[in-house]
Amino acid sequence: MGSWLARSRNIQYLLKRNICFFDKTHSLLHANSSYKTLPPYETPHGFCASVLSFRRSESTMAGKQAQADDDDGNQSIEFPGGRVGFTTEMDFISEVTDKRVPCYRLLDDDGFLISGTTFEQPDRETAARMYESMLSLQIMDTIFYEAQRQGRLSFYLTSTGEEAINIATAAALSPDDIILPQYREPGILLWRGFSMEEFASQCFGTKDGRGKGRQMPVHYGSNSHNFFTVSSPIATQLPQAAGVAYSLKMDGKEACAVAFTGDGGTSEGDFHAGMNFAAVMEAPVLFICRNNGWAISTPISQQFRSSINSDGVVVKGQAYGIRSIRVDGNDALAVYSAIRAAREMVVREQKPVLVEALTYRVGHHSTSDDSTKYRSVSEIEQWRSTGNPMTRFRNWVLANGWWTDEHETELRGTIRKQVLKAIQVAEKTHKPPLEDLFSDVYDKTPSNLQEQEKSLRETINKYKQDFPADVPL
Amino acid sequence: MLGILRQRVAAKFNYALNFEQGIGSVALRAFSSSANKMTVRDAINSALDEEMSADPKVFMMGEEVGEYQGAYKITKGLLDKYGPQRVVDTPITEAGFTGIGVGAAYHGLRPVVEFMTFNFSMQAIDHIINSAAKSNYMSSGQISVPIVFRGPNGAASGVGAQHSQCFAAWFGSCPGLKVLVPYSAEDARGLLKAAIRDPDPVVFLENELLYGESFPVSAETLDSSFCVPIGKAKIEREGKDVTIVAYSKMVGFSLQAADILAKEGINAEVINLRSIRPLDRSTINTSVRKTNRIVTVEEGFPQHGVGAEICATVVEDSFEYLDAPVERIAGADVPTPYAANIERMAFPQVEDIVRAAKRACYRSR
Repeated sequence: MGSWLARSRNIQYLLKRNICFFDKTHSLLHANSSYKTLPPYETPHGFCASVLSFRRSESTMAGKQAQADDDDGNQSIEFPGGRVGFTTEMDFISEVTDKRVPCYRLLDDDGFLISGTTFEQPDRETAARMYESMLSLQIMDTIFYEAQRQGRLSFYLTSTGEEAINIATAAALSPDDIILPQYREPGILLWRGFSMEEFASQCFGTKDGRGKGRQMPVHYGSNSHNFFTVSSPIATQLPQAAGVAYSLKMDGKEACAVAFTGDGGTSEGDFHAGMNFAAVMEAPVLFICRNNGWAISTPISQQFRSSINSDGVVVKGQAYGIRSIRVDGNDALAVYSAIRAAREMVVREQKPVLVEALTYRVGHHSTSDDSTKYRSVSEIEQWRSTGNPMTRFRNWVLANGWWTDEHETELRGTIRKQVLKAIQVAEKTHKPPLEDLFSDVYDKTPSNLQEQEKSLRETINKYKQDFPADVPL
Repeated sequence: MLGILRQRVAAKFNYALNFEQGIGSVALRAFSSSANKMTVRDAINSALDEEMSADPKVFMMGEEVGEYQGAYKITKGLLDKYGPQRVVDTPITEAGFTGIGVGAAYHGLRPVVEFMTFNFSMQAIDHIINSAAKSNYMSSGQISVPIVFRGPNGAASGVGAQHSQCFAAWFGSCPGLKVLVPYSAEDARGLLKAAIRDPDPVVFLENELLYGESFPVSAETLDSSFCVPIGKAKIEREGKDVTIVAYSKMVGFSLQAADILAKEGINAEVINLRSIRPLDRSTINTSVRKTNRIVTVEEGFPQHGVGAEICATVVEDSFEYLDAPVERIAGADVPTPYAANIERMAFPQVEDIVRAAKRACYRSR
């Protein structure tokens, strides 16, 4: 995790970080400086001294504070919101944590099970299906991306590097759980049975897709798969998930709402609103944050301070009264296990849970992005090879005797052909008919739109040469 | 805290069952079949009560709607009757509760989301426009959003710039939304019931100063199945010399102006729009073809306002019938000031409407 930080273009941050680490190991030399007499904040050294002093004053005062908390009765005050113990020592909670929340993982970097762990393991059939789905997702992404590059598609975005999060989560949930995606979760649709043809139909905006050509590519949606249509504004799905969950709760259903966001999405106001609300209303929402290190070109260090000083997204859960866990997002087994457990809690206890899945966005943000402009190629390549989610899980299923190389080679060929064919067919399929321009604005098409459609048809008939020939009338 | 609320409400609920059955049915019992009066506040309250009673999927959400009985007492008695699961007091986050409402509507509930004033809806505008209005279209009919956003809109009295804007034109320009502007108690009852039953997202713009005003209501209006069709304007006063088109509070001003004009021999026809989107162009144009002159009245800002749209539609459809240019009365192009004297000058008054109508009538002489 530290290696990509070192390569960050923010040199000042790099300096601070290095000096702080150095100072930490020599803390005895700074025994007498108090936080009241610090040099100004701007200099890296001053910054670290202040960090150091806060920590030291915190540790020397810890003993006294424990005593204040231990005594009952006179030593606490009843405020709206509850009883609070008090102290006469003025003590600021540091903005920096000593120890980061550890990351739950089961497979090591090479895909071998770390000994001594207990977890819920997918059975042979599920595990094989999981790996196969990860393969399908990877191949689908590669080919669709290439198609965009060839000018056959207008736009695409991949989930490269996040296959484990996509598939393991999908496998761990029930098909009744309602998904409110961000946009990098097509693997869930894949798992639930959305076909390559349907993916292609939406991306090419053909008349065959359920999308009716209304949205940009990758904005999939399917009621029958309990996957709400992707919406572009970031994080709006978070409070909406609380609403869906509220509805499920009122119906008494044994299912939950599952809302995804990236690291960038946690900066939106809607993240705060969604988390706070879900906790207050005790709504059964499973919040999953795919912390992949980058929001287009904005690295974590510029997205929120709690990445450098404090501890990312997982620590925010407790502040809202939400149980949370940090998991290795590139470890399919850990993701499967954690999501199974989290989902049980959400449904049984009818309250929200937050899962922060740490991973890396190997691909560009989308086809409109060239990430080599803001991060090094070696960083990307390192994540593509080491700790790659597919390799790790593959080694595990291979070791269990549940997979073979021959099967994989054959499968890769089959899936590739399937995707290519789906694209070829979708390319040639007609776009949606004219009436789909005007339908679904409202439940029933209103008179003004009916008039407009009629008027447009008359104009097209009169001036056929001015209109494209491939719009079915 | 929610737990405590539930205990208290449960106790009250049992008591309430025996003693008081909610404002709506009390109103029905008290009013006999002869003409009666009802305030807009009671009209809205009774509509909410009846719709919540008829459909268990309908629920209310907003700041202060429960324990406080509503910031303007519109939701009085509803928490006691329906409990905290269906009358939800929310934290202060318009983006939050609007988002939750939209999500709940996605999954089949029928939320009625209250904004303390529509000025605060600006903090939730993305959920209203990008999610609620556009979802049915973007999901090709898979996600419908049967939600109602309601609350006071436009000027109150002495509340300053951030509490006085009229948002009818802004919401009215967005396809996918329906935008309603009730004036009388009959409008409020009928339109709100229609809005709650409608499968599309509806923005229901009330007016704080009208809440306390009483209007006569017929027995038909008081019936629990009463509904006013969405998209039809109402001719409040028939006339033949000039058409005055208004909505919400300005309808009352226009009627007063019509009385003054009548004394001077000008017979004005007053149209109560009731609905900004869909706009009842046919009623407006039919009236203009009869009177040949039109004055539009609104509280909102003039540029890109409702009056501009009405002017465009009249010029497009009834140009040959116009004997005078369209007169447009709107609020002053300034953020609303606080001091009473200049606040009064920032909004149309009855005299402004009278003068405009006279200009429309004398122009061709």
